[in-house]
Amino acid sequence: MFQYLIRRLLWAVVLFIAVTGVTYVIFFIIPADPARQVCGQRATPECIERASHFLGTDRPVWYQYKLFMGRLMPVGIDPLRFKTPDLGRSFTNRQSVNHVVAQAAPVTASLVLGGAIVWMMIALPIGILSALRPRSLLDRIAMVFVLIGISAHPVWIGLIFAYFFGFKLDLFPITGYADFFNPSTDVGGPIQWAYHLILPWITFAILFAALYVRMIRANVMEAMNEDYVRTARAKGAPEHLVMRSHVLRNALLPVVTMLGMDIGLAMGGAIFTETVYGLPGLGKQVFESIDRVDLPVIQGIVVFATVCIITFNLIVDLLYAWIDPRIRLS
Amino acid sequence: MTAQEAVVAGEQMAVRGDELLVVDGLKKHFPVTRGIIFQKEVASVKAVDGVSFTVEEGETLGVVGESGCGKSTMARCIMRLLDPTGGKILFRGRDISNISRAEMRPFRREMMMIFQDPYASLNPRKRVGFIVAEALQVHKLGTDAEIKRRVQELLEVVGLNPEHYNRFPHEFSGGQRQRIGVARALAVNPKLIVCDEPVSALDVSVQAQVLNLLADLRDELGLSYVLVAHDLAVVRQVANRLAVMYLGTIVEEGPADQVYASPAHPYTKALLSAVPVPEPGVTRERIVLSGDVPTPISPPSGCPFRTRCYKAEDVCATTRPVLEPVAGNTEHRAACYFPEPPTS
Amino acid sequence: MPLLEVNDLKTYFRTDDGVVRAVDGVSFSVDKGQTLGIVGESGSGKSVTCLTIMGLNPKRNSMSSGEALWKGDNLLTMAPKRLRDIRGNDIAMIFQDPMTSLNPVHKIGDQLAEAMRLHEDVSKAQAKKRALDLLKAVGIPRPERRIDDYPHQFSGGMRQRVMIAMALINNPDLLIADEPTTALDVTTQAQILTLIEKLQEEFGSAVIMITHDLGVVAEIADDVVVMYAAEVAEKGPVERIFKQPHHPYTWGLMGSLPRLDADVERLVQIQGQPPSLLRPPSGCRFHPRCPYVMNVCKTADPELVAVTGDPAHLQACHLDEETKNREAAKLLASMMAEAS
Repeated sequence: MFQYLIRRLLWAVVLFIAVTGVTYVIFFIIPADPARQVCGQRATPECIERASHFLGTDRPVWYQYKLFMGRLMPVGIDPLRFKTPDLGRSFTNRQSVNHVVAQAAPVTASLVLGGAIVWMMIALPIGILSALRPRSLLDRIAMVFVLIGISAHPVWIGLIFAYFFGFKLDLFPITGYADFFNPSTDVGGPIQWAYHLILPWITFAILFAALYVRMIRANVMEAMNEDYVRTARAKGAPEHLVMRSHVLRNALLPVVTMLGMDIGLAMGGAIFTETVYGLPGLGKQVFESIDRVDLPVIQGIVVFATVCIITFNLIVDLLYAWIDPRIRLS
Repeated sequence: MTAQEAVVAGEQMAVRGDELLVVDGLKKHFPVTRGIIFQKEVASVKAVDGVSFTVEEGETLGVVGESGCGKSTMARCIMRLLDPTGGKILFRGRDISNISRAEMRPFRREMMMIFQDPYASLNPRKRVGFIVAEALQVHKLGTDAEIKRRVQELLEVVGLNPEHYNRFPHEFSGGQRQRIGVARALAVNPKLIVCDEPVSALDVSVQAQVLNLLADLRDELGLSYVLVAHDLAVVRQVANRLAVMYLGTIVEEGPADQVYASPAHPYTKALLSAVPVPEPGVTRERIVLSGDVPTPISPPSGCPFRTRCYKAEDVCATTRPVLEPVAGNTEHRAACYFPEPPTS
Repeated sequence: MPLLEVNDLKTYFRTDDGVVRAVDGVSFSVDKGQTLGIVGESGSGKSVTCLTIMGLNPKRNSMSSGEALWKGDNLLTMAPKRLRDIRGNDIAMIFQDPMTSLNPVHKIGDQLAEAMRLHEDVSKAQAKKRALDLLKAVGIPRPERRIDDYPHQFSGGMRQRVMIAMALINNPDLLIADEPTTALDVTTQAQILTLIEKLQEEFGSAVIMITHDLGVVAEIADDVVVMYAAEVAEKGPVERIFKQPHHPYTWGLMGSLPRLDADVERLVQIQGQPPSLLRPPSGCRFHPRCPYVMNVCKTADPELVAVTGDPAHLQACHLDEETKNREAAKLLASMMAEAS
């Protein structure tokens, strides 16, 4: 088990280097020049030269990458000390990227984690009930829902919801984010926070709910046909015990791992939902940064997203090994 | 020309009595590795641990043993579907133990295999005609028309309707699928057919059909078989020589009737006594073995069977016994320090 | 009164391809402490018969009719709660594949205790103690350590012993064993069969042993039911069935058995394969494969009729009795000749 952990962490480091390296390379392949962006519409060659020296884009790519990794390490070499990882400064407004990420991450986290709860609340009952009554009316309706949920684009869903529930019926705010703790505007506090997130949560959740309904349905149906379920019934167990202790316990094991991975992935930024609802999260940030050719911010968000994904995957693997005795004891 | 004759006409029948397959000290160990970055071998599963036997032309060697004894692994090693870890395999006098895939190619015409699971061993997306013809096409043994005719002949030989050339495997029953497997093996006129549990997945009444087919083909075509099975009664039907395996080694071998009538190794005796006899009221002298089969990762020292043997003594834990003739009979050998006396 | 009396049991399954008649009129009875062997090949309906008795068929697409009288009460029409009280308590069942019949994520001690606590109001500690007793009785070495292990930590034979322990923990009057040794090695099979016989004596339970292996039946059964294509071909005391079989299918089955103690030149083979249960053959279901087929066999499905002079031995075949006696004697003679 310990060996497994060490091996996974080493892989995580390799992965991290690979992902950030590739991001750097891609950034410097695209033809847009950040120095030119900084100089604005009428960029003179002298301005561009000064800007690129200031930003450091006149140095070779590997040198910039080396600087970047050096800043990122929590340990400094010269002199030997502990330091906080520094993600650099934005090319466009010289803001500390640490700060940018720290501002945007809680917004994305609110959206993703809340959305995860919503999608599980939808997917679990529908998935399980559909599996218990295949081909019934409920099952067919559920499958239609799955089809729509997977096919319809979140942006479209978001706009439709915002239009009907926000604009026409005036039930929910159309856009905007309310801070949970420190309101940056005059709208704030937990209730406002939730109120502003209800439509985004539902929009974000629909795609995942659809995918999970399908998966849960398949897993439960498969578990119901397992021999050990038959054994449980042969022992005289009532149906609710069979479901709880035997069917669901086994059917939902893989769901746990999928959940962890999907949350990790979504933490990188639920771009579509955030854009439609004007939520200042990581997705919106990265979207804007690409537009502005702002490498440090892009790189910073990539780093954060990678760390999230790797961490969540690791947690999920360990969790799975813990709850499935077949893996734990091998 | 009958169907059978057509198949035979493909190649000359060989002279009997030659050694077709010689296996000498065959070993197959699967490594168990540990390590964070660099995997180091810490132990190995000794699936096959020094097996030697000979199969002559026209002979059928039955290899019996229970699950985990290594008989299937050995069968795959002989066919070079797995690479042996040690030992030699000589086919028609040529050493095929370590040759490359390209060098092995021509030998694949001469040794074919029939597998256990008739449902898994046929590609469900290919038509039966293609499945049987594939080996012929790979070795370029005829034009398309000739191959097709040959396949139809083969289907008839194994008792299937040649018109079903274009059907898919799922349209056939288990027994019929196994016949397709036999036809496939026969297509290139091999000298040796290795059968890995050919009837254990079939119903009893269908088993009889396939066993009779195998016996008929052997008689008509002069085939040699290595028949791997766990069912002793099944092996008795087709085999004229028998080898009993336990934990990767052969513990007894000899002419089938002799081994069945007078088993020398305690394991063989226990195995035979465990088979239920379809005669009510016959109280069998049953030897019930205690415990489970030990793990092949660390087999017991000395004789691998000693942990469950009803007559184990101290000497059995020292060195592993080798196959010795039983009561002076060099044909019937057992690897035991205290073999059972022959029942006359 | 017999412990279990099955009368004209039928079970049909609705599938996309039509109605599968898995059990089509099966009757037999089991007395206290007796062992009944149900023999048949795949598709004969032997497993479904017992699943129907236990009420374990999927309700959605299965229909059953007939009677399964347990001490007089019909299990098929019983209230679900009453049936659940009987299941695992008075009638217990073990299945073929011990690898998949145990829940992989629960300890076996917990699964054993569950079997007991479903039917008796006992504390966890008491249930655990009884589980330990049963593990000892079925011969699991070091049961105190093993009771907290998971199924994948046991070998196949050990798992089957655990299943047996689980079935017997409530001291049932009837144990139904569905091919319990088919997936096991022959030496392990010998151990398990010996165990079942020993426990049967100890606990006094009746046993229904479903198998395709005539050797197993000969060894432990008192009575035999031979099933073919969802119907009963022949049934009676084990001696009669083996010494004087009266059905061509039984003859074929016995003749096609490879023998350990005899050198058979050529096995008797039953041509063809088991029929589809969607559209079973008209008349006698065995007629397309029967070497003795007559015209009447193609139209009329024979009834189960007693052999003259032996009311306990019934068979369903149109052949006249003289021919049957003759053929049975011939078969027996050839089998004895080979054995000598």
